[in-house]
Amino acid sequence: MSESEKPVSLQSYFRLCGVVFFVVLCTTSAMIATSFAHIGDGWTLKVALILAIAVVNAFLVAGFLMHLLSEKKLIFTVLIFTVFFFAGLMGLTMWAMSDFPTGTAIH
Amino acid sequence: MEIPYTVQNRPDTGLYNAKLGIWLFLASEVMLFGGLFSAYVLLRVGAEPGMWPHGWLNVTLGTINTLLLALSAITTLLAWAACKVRDFTKFKIFHACTILLALTFLGIKSYEYHDKLIHYEIKLNNGTFADGHLVEKSKDFDLAKKTGTVTLHGRIVTDEKDLMDLRSPEAKAAKLGEVTVAATDIKSMGNYGPRHNTFTAIYFTLTGLHALHILGGTIVIFYMWAFGGSMWKTDPERFTNRIEVSGLFWHFVDLVWIFLFPVLYLT
Amino acid sequence: METTVQQFPPFREPQPHHAHGDHHEPNFCSKYIFSTDHKTIGIQYGFTSLCFLLFGFFLMLLMRWQIAHPGVPVPLLGPLLEKVLGQPAAGGIISPELYNSFGAMHGTIMVFLGVVPLAFAAFGNYVVPLMIGAPDMCFPRVNMASFHAYFLGGVVMVVSFFIPGGAAQAGWTSYSPLATTIPTNGQAFWLFGMVLLITSSLLGAVNFIATIIQLRAPGMTWMRLPWFVWAQFVTAFILLLAFPPLEAAGVLQLMDNLAGTSFFLPTGLAVGGQLVDRSGGGSPLLWQHLFWFLGHPEVYVLILPAMGIVVEVIANNTRKPIWGYKSLVYSVLGVGFLSFIVWAHHMYLTGMGQKIATFFQATTMIISIPSVIILTCMFLSLWGGSIRINTPMLFALGFLPMFGIGGLTGLPLGLAACDLLLHDTYYIIAHFHYVVAPGTIFALFAGVYFWFPKMTGRKMNEFWGRVHFWCSLAFMNIVFMPMFLQGIKGMLRRMSNGGELYSVAKVPGVIDALPGNIIQLNGVILWAAVCLGIAQIPFIINLFWSINHGEKVGTNPWHATTLDWQTPTPPPHGNFTEEQVVDRGPYEYSVPGAAEDFTPQGGPAKNPTAPAHH
Repeated sequence: MSESEKPVSLQSYFRLCGVVFFVVLCTTSAMIATSFAHIGDGWTLKVALILAIAVVNAFLVAGFLMHLLSEKKLIFTVLIFTVFFFAGLMGLTMWAMSDFPTGTAIH
Repeated sequence: MEIPYTVQNRPDTGLYNAKLGIWLFLASEVMLFGGLFSAYVLLRVGAEPGMWPHGWLNVTLGTINTLLLALSAITTLLAWAACKVRDFTKFKIFHACTILLALTFLGIKSYEYHDKLIHYEIKLNNGTFADGHLVEKSKDFDLAKKTGTVTLHGRIVTDEKDLMDLRSPEAKAAKLGEVTVAATDIKSMGNYGPRHNTFTAIYFTLTGLHALHILGGTIVIFYMWAFGGSMWKTDPERFTNRIEVSGLFWHFVDLVWIFLFPVLYLT
Repeated sequence: METTVQQFPPFREPQPHHAHGDHHEPNFCSKYIFSTDHKTIGIQYGFTSLCFLLFGFFLMLLMRWQIAHPGVPVPLLGPLLEKVLGQPAAGGIISPELYNSFGAMHGTIMVFLGVVPLAFAAFGNYVVPLMIGAPDMCFPRVNMASFHAYFLGGVVMVVSFFIPGGAAQAGWTSYSPLATTIPTNGQAFWLFGMVLLITSSLLGAVNFIATIIQLRAPGMTWMRLPWFVWAQFVTAFILLLAFPPLEAAGVLQLMDNLAGTSFFLPTGLAVGGQLVDRSGGGSPLLWQHLFWFLGHPEVYVLILPAMGIVVEVIANNTRKPIWGYKSLVYSVLGVGFLSFIVWAHHMYLTGMGQKIATFFQATTMIISIPSVIILTCMFLSLWGGSIRINTPMLFALGFLPMFGIGGLTGLPLGLAACDLLLHDTYYIIAHFHYVVAPGTIFALFAGVYFWFPKMTGRKMNEFWGRVHFWCSLAFMNIVFMPMFLQGIKGMLRRMSNGGELYSVAKVPGVIDALPGNIIQLNGVILWAAVCLGIAQIPFIINLFWSINHGEKVGTNPWHATTLDWQTPTPPPHGNFTEEQVVDRGPYEYSVPGAAEDFTPQGGPAKNPTAPAHH
């Protein structure tokens, strides 16, 4: 067996897929709505909200469609660690680009 | 000695070799697209205020593409589930849907690319800009020799900044019509291809690399859909694993789009 | 619910009860060129990378000639250079552009075509499956693809010398905007070659990690792995996660070079007094961040497999377990993790703010701790050991002080305040060459002499091995030690005239002009480099001659404990005729009460004699 749980039948997968697709529809609509709504000044808050919704969407795909949630805990932990590691590295790079002595230009 | 755990799971990791292999590969792909996304962020944050485009991409087409890919992710999972319950016919049906959805996605993407490549921005000698989709070039049009005319469906603006935010009320209110420009008035002319500005550059690179991944994934899935019958008869478990592994790759490609779509189309 | 599953016919016929016979002798092509056997692939990598190392060495000799004798035609080879390369080598003189391309390609070839393939791919491929008791790597065909991608990348790099405009000239770091505005397609070739090499490394990394996780023999727990395997494991992770951003950056720079984009070109860029016809809006700093994001972990890729070899050789030749196995394991994991967050110490001079510079300085200082722990464990392992001196041990012992010098001279570079003065000087060149040349390469030599008997059943000649060692040690130091002095005196790197333009002779009144004795050191370095090259001749001859004429030895001539020495010589297809079972640690040397001074780590499952060694 190459999976830790036996599928009961194709029917249970249909149900799962239906739920996931419906949630994907909702999150996509939410992102579009946020994008066109008048929230805050400029783009920063909007971008943060939209990305947060995208992360939820991603979690659904990874967790259920890639059945990450049914793999051994160790693998899940390692991947979550990688996500935070990557976010940290992005943050570090952005900090590096934004921290420069006063009076000098950055481009 | 045979290589163990090619089909059976290794007890302590709960994985067979190919599944571990594909997850490791996907980790490297996260870093690849992550590198490109970080380039996007830095280019956008570092851009001159007011000079980063908004609303240049068609949200409707993007949404359709998003739903196509989401649906294909579902059919991929169902194809694998069909293999697990040993229903080869259903597997064939589901993956046929996956392939069709993928090809539709690529078709829409090509249309979007084409749209950008026929969208021109012409810098005129008097400092204004003519911007719009190409209607026709006159037969004798030659930019170097300064002969002929070119007709766009668009408008003329005085400040390049007016072309940036197509979501602004001013841009929405702007009237588009037929604009004809003589070659003698043209200072420079270019389409909205990669070299136009850093937004189009990163847009084409990100979506282009993503589209190559979709193409690659489609080819692999097609190969197994078309020629999988013989392995299905001799070793269905191993075939199911191959469908699972290629499915994981496909879901990853969908995951990348889940971030590409909002970042490029919605922000 | 499940139907009974038929086993797919194995791609190799299983031969459980007798030695692997030649049931279907493959032809030359599938045995030597398109092999999927990890040992063959390891030797393919080894041979190809040693050739590239030699090629990179010749490039360096040509550069050193130009530095010591600027504008003087190269002796002997001058006419040949002119014939092959044309205008850039007119009159047999190395022009500045040609010098720059030699410099860029020397770095690229040594790092990506020489050391990494030798240390990681060659030794890793050959030894790791043997050490963990596996029949092959996890994905043999991916392994083969990885070698061919590497080979193609090498071909692209070599071909770039012969295209109009010549090879890449913007340094191995390929900084924008120079890399985009240089009028040669060599940069595009370089980028394309890099994409192929990165693909090769990524495939290899996936293979190594999957193999080490999935194919360890029963009883081979994580804390029983030989430290060489741990080092390769961490190296593979570094390659897996650090290379893709460079691949992304490479794609972006290719787009800049070929598609006219401006990812790394700032607004208002002018070349030769003319504004370039680009949209601008890009950032040269972005390239530097993406490049060094790989560039720094890359140096740990260069050193970790070498450290692994040194640990194996030291344990074997002191006849006692390595000191501090657990510290070594945690340190190598620490180094791997920390190597990702120090990269901007290569960018102190880019106008970084104080806070961010301090952050990277702190992480750089911190990463020296696990590195020192590893070196300390190696030194302490010698204490109280029954030290056997043979060629591998000489190289392993030589590694220790050489890497020590290289590592210690890195400390002033990690501190931002000092680095302001030393950046881009010869001090840097001396520092990193000490770590890689008398450092890593010595360890790799140790590995070649050590595992040669396993590959061929014969030992390399001991006398000539010692000649190779002592001459290399002496000349390496004469080549690189003066460079520290030159760097501190302010001699900048990548100068095709060896600093002549800034010498006291040329500009007498200028403060800190390079004194004559500093310039004269260039001549000393040139001769030492030539002698270093001559010192490699015994090694090359020894290597090939010993294959058929070396002293014949048994399957375990060094009396080693690890599983790689428990196979027949050379190991057959599938490595082990029976599944191996491991029941103890990797360095059970001089176990009290044991019959011999070493106890193999494991053996065939049915072997009744193994438990008797307890």
